[in-house]
Amino acid sequence: MRLVVDLNKCQGYAQCAFLAPDVFAMHGEESLVYDPQPDHEQRERLARAVAACPVQAITADGVDGHGASRGQEAPHGH
Amino acid sequence: MTQDSIVRRITDFANRADPYPVYRELRRTPVLHEEEGGPYVISSYWDIEALLHDPRISSDAANLAAAGDDTLLQSEETGGLPPSFLRLDPPEHDRLRRMANSAFGPPHRPRRIDGMRGELREIVTGLIDGFGEAREVDLVDQFAYPFPVTVICRLLGVPREDEPRFRAWVDPLVASLDPETRREADEEFAKTAREARMQLGMYLAGLAEERAKEPRDDVLSDLVNGHGPDGAMTMMEVLSTSILLLIAGHETTVNLITNGMLTLLRHPDVLERLRHEPDLAPRLVEELLRYEPPVQLVPQRTCVTDIEVRGVTIPKGSRIWLVLAAGNRDPERFADPERFDPDREDIQHLGFGSGIHICFGAPLARLETQIALTELARRLENPRLVQDPPPYRENAVLRGPRHLGIAFDGIRP
Amino acid sequence: MATEHMDRFRREGRIAIVGASLAGLRAAETLRAEGFTGELTLIGDEPYEPYDRPPLSKSVLLGRADPHRTELPRRREIDAKWRLGVAATGLDLTAGRVRLADGDEVEYDRLLIATGVRARPWPKEPEARLDGVFLLRTRDDAAGLYQRLRAGPRRVFVIGAGFAGCEVASACREQGIPVTVAERAGAPLVGALGGVIGGVAADLMREHGVDLRTRVTVTALEGDGAGRVRAVHLSDESVVEADVVVVSLGSVRNTEWLDGSGLGAGPRGIACDAGCRAFDFRGIITDDVFVAGDVARSPHALFGYQFLSLEHWGNAVAQAETAAHNMICDGADRRPHLWMPAFWSSQFGVNIKSVGVPPMGEELMITQGSTAERRFVGVYGHKGRVVAAVSFDDTRWLEFYRRAIERGEPFPVEYPTLDRRPENRRPVPADFPDPSLPTHGPMVTLSGYSPADTQLVFHPARH
Repeated sequence: MRLVVDLNKCQGYAQCAFLAPDVFAMHGEESLVYDPQPDHEQRERLARAVAACPVQAITADGVDGHGASRGQEAPHGH
Repeated sequence: MTQDSIVRRITDFANRADPYPVYRELRRTPVLHEEEGGPYVISSYWDIEALLHDPRISSDAANLAAAGDDTLLQSEETGGLPPSFLRLDPPEHDRLRRMANSAFGPPHRPRRIDGMRGELREIVTGLIDGFGEAREVDLVDQFAYPFPVTVICRLLGVPREDEPRFRAWVDPLVASLDPETRREADEEFAKTAREARMQLGMYLAGLAEERAKEPRDDVLSDLVNGHGPDGAMTMMEVLSTSILLLIAGHETTVNLITNGMLTLLRHPDVLERLRHEPDLAPRLVEELLRYEPPVQLVPQRTCVTDIEVRGVTIPKGSRIWLVLAAGNRDPERFADPERFDPDREDIQHLGFGSGIHICFGAPLARLETQIALTELARRLENPRLVQDPPPYRENAVLRGPRHLGIAFDGIRP
Repeated sequence: MATEHMDRFRREGRIAIVGASLAGLRAAETLRAEGFTGELTLIGDEPYEPYDRPPLSKSVLLGRADPHRTELPRRREIDAKWRLGVAATGLDLTAGRVRLADGDEVEYDRLLIATGVRARPWPKEPEARLDGVFLLRTRDDAAGLYQRLRAGPRRVFVIGAGFAGCEVASACREQGIPVTVAERAGAPLVGALGGVIGGVAADLMREHGVDLRTRVTVTALEGDGAGRVRAVHLSDESVVEADVVVVSLGSVRNTEWLDGSGLGAGPRGIACDAGCRAFDFRGIITDDVFVAGDVARSPHALFGYQFLSLEHWGNAVAQAETAAHNMICDGADRRPHLWMPAFWSSQFGVNIKSVGVPPMGEELMITQGSTAERRFVGVYGHKGRVVAAVSFDDTRWLEFYRRAIERGEPFPVEYPTLDRRPENRRPVPADFPDPSLPTHGPMVTLSGYSPADTQLVFHPARH
């Protein structure tokens, strides 16, 4: 599993850090740090984090079996 | 207001089961202002999104007081407690919310919610086991209400045996948030709500004092003792925050879970999929938050200066309603918005709001609902609705069924 | 017809992408997503699959991510030929061929250049070769530096207080490592955010125990007998002992391989139009060579049509998507690259974000919060317009200001906002070191309520 967070979009809502605390962590009140290649045992938690991101900023692959990534850009911003 | 008034129809109980046709009509006038002194009602996704991030929009009850009475305004400031952060602006809002958060989540308590996963599952299992031999239950009373109440009590550190007392206080408080009830309310009702809030406050104050002397691993202990950069809350702030968490923490989740099961029973194919494919739950819950959000609209905002939205000037101090549920079905934002589709790739909904006031308990509500719906789908054999639509609560803001009768053929282990 | 030609190209054309990092990968994905089924070749000088760089100066140095495990996730299969670990060394525009370091050649019908930048090295080579002197751009750089930090150096010396330098200093302090930062300007981050905000960053650094020295330059790196760096000599005659030196002097654009190719490429990057098509050295547009990412310079309608070079993560993604789209369509179907500049940095526990082009602004107003509390939004103004905003731990408001920039809203910002402090009623000079101001010209704004109906509006200059 590989993941990247678009930190321009990220607004520090921390949903990912709540739901997958071994992958994502808040560094201070608003900054996010994360492990770009978490262990497979984090799969279920990572999937919850990706789905929950209020600004859909997390792109991950290998999370839902068929290799497709989720959390694609919404038609937002430019 | 005339009988045709859209604002009137939003609050009209007759439209509670299906408010979406009214919202469709509402979106035709993106900035609706029906009469002098009435609210400015915003219903398109992009406008709501923009206003939730607009630093000229205030949530401060004091700024709204000048706008006069509103049918949907909550009388939270009764009971002698200071307003919670829900009804404050920065910097006070930020400070209180940060302190509350330091007891609840990252960066100070990153595993508080994740650590409850096992407990959430146990509570759900216990409640479903509790259906016993019955082949028909009221999902609200027997499941969707007791589940989040139990969770929030454990999170705060309220002893389980005190829960019935809690419910007796919380019920009138929640009812007092309801516009219909409030319109018809007499002085007696207002007094009951005030007293409930007071008693709840006194109970929590006692508990908080215990935790100050002997901290435990719970939110109340952290609130009282404080360990974030902002230090500890005052006792009044602890009470106000705890009551907010209590009310918001279960009233919204009850509706999310109930709306969820109702939606699944209306889409049996999705229910069947969830049964075999529990991985669907996270995305399904996001779509649910778009499709049937538990908080339909945000009525307590105003602007601190004249602002312009789509060419309409909203004068300073006006009441502004942000109709999240209408924005969530805005065809300018979502393809085929009236369809419930858990496979939707593009799902940046407004179900929890956005900006600095985004739902505080969102991660907990998400986890609770994911677990609840997955287990209900897995365990109930051939579940079906007893009555469609079910009877609804009065509340137009926190919208959800009052009862949800479900019949089924058996319960899987 | 043109469309028939294009259809054929989309089916069986050959596209080469030089640069296999963020921009190259996202371009490849976009090409496939938009239906390009021809031959696709990705060429990268590093031997690694596309990986993400921002974590290298943050999570990696903090030990929260493995430097060798930051490969970017794939949005989709791209079915490409990979030529990794081999640099492109030349370009034959006429023949449509890229020459590679191993002597191979790759033929293309259309080419995307996304070769990015590299870290500007310490200019004195023998000093740069001293053991303990690091650059920070690649994952190998990060792996080496991280190893050294883990070993517990006596002192780390950072040359240059741009974002990367500050992030390195932050990572050091968080691990209790003594660190000195030297900056030629009067404060950190001055080039990106100006002296006022730089002053806030300086206070933040010093509070976290950084030995920050401004208005000095490094004159020499001194090694010991074994070829290890042991001290840093400064222009104020002081000497600081340090066993790790991080050279953080910005970047150099990877364009040398294009020397003599006839493209308009040089030290400032490769000039291209808003549709990402490269100019040749005569200033005439090519139609088969496209550019994206850090190496590109393209005119931005919202900022006086200045050619902006944006070394921003988000720009690489957006420009790659636009370039890829334009590579496989014609005329009116093409899109301009209109990305709103934005970046972030995380240092000393504070989240710094910006939208727009701060260095364009000559004045600054703090419209929300307070710099003393390190939680605020500042707005930059240029010729009566809002052109940029910066936030410290206050990112949730930033999109409001993004819209203000898009719509060319007036500066100074007169209206009240939540948490606006009385002392911030008036703008102050933003204090950029070298204000290269553009001339009077027409103004362009964006309008519309949703991305779907966003339009460029042209306002002619008033004479």
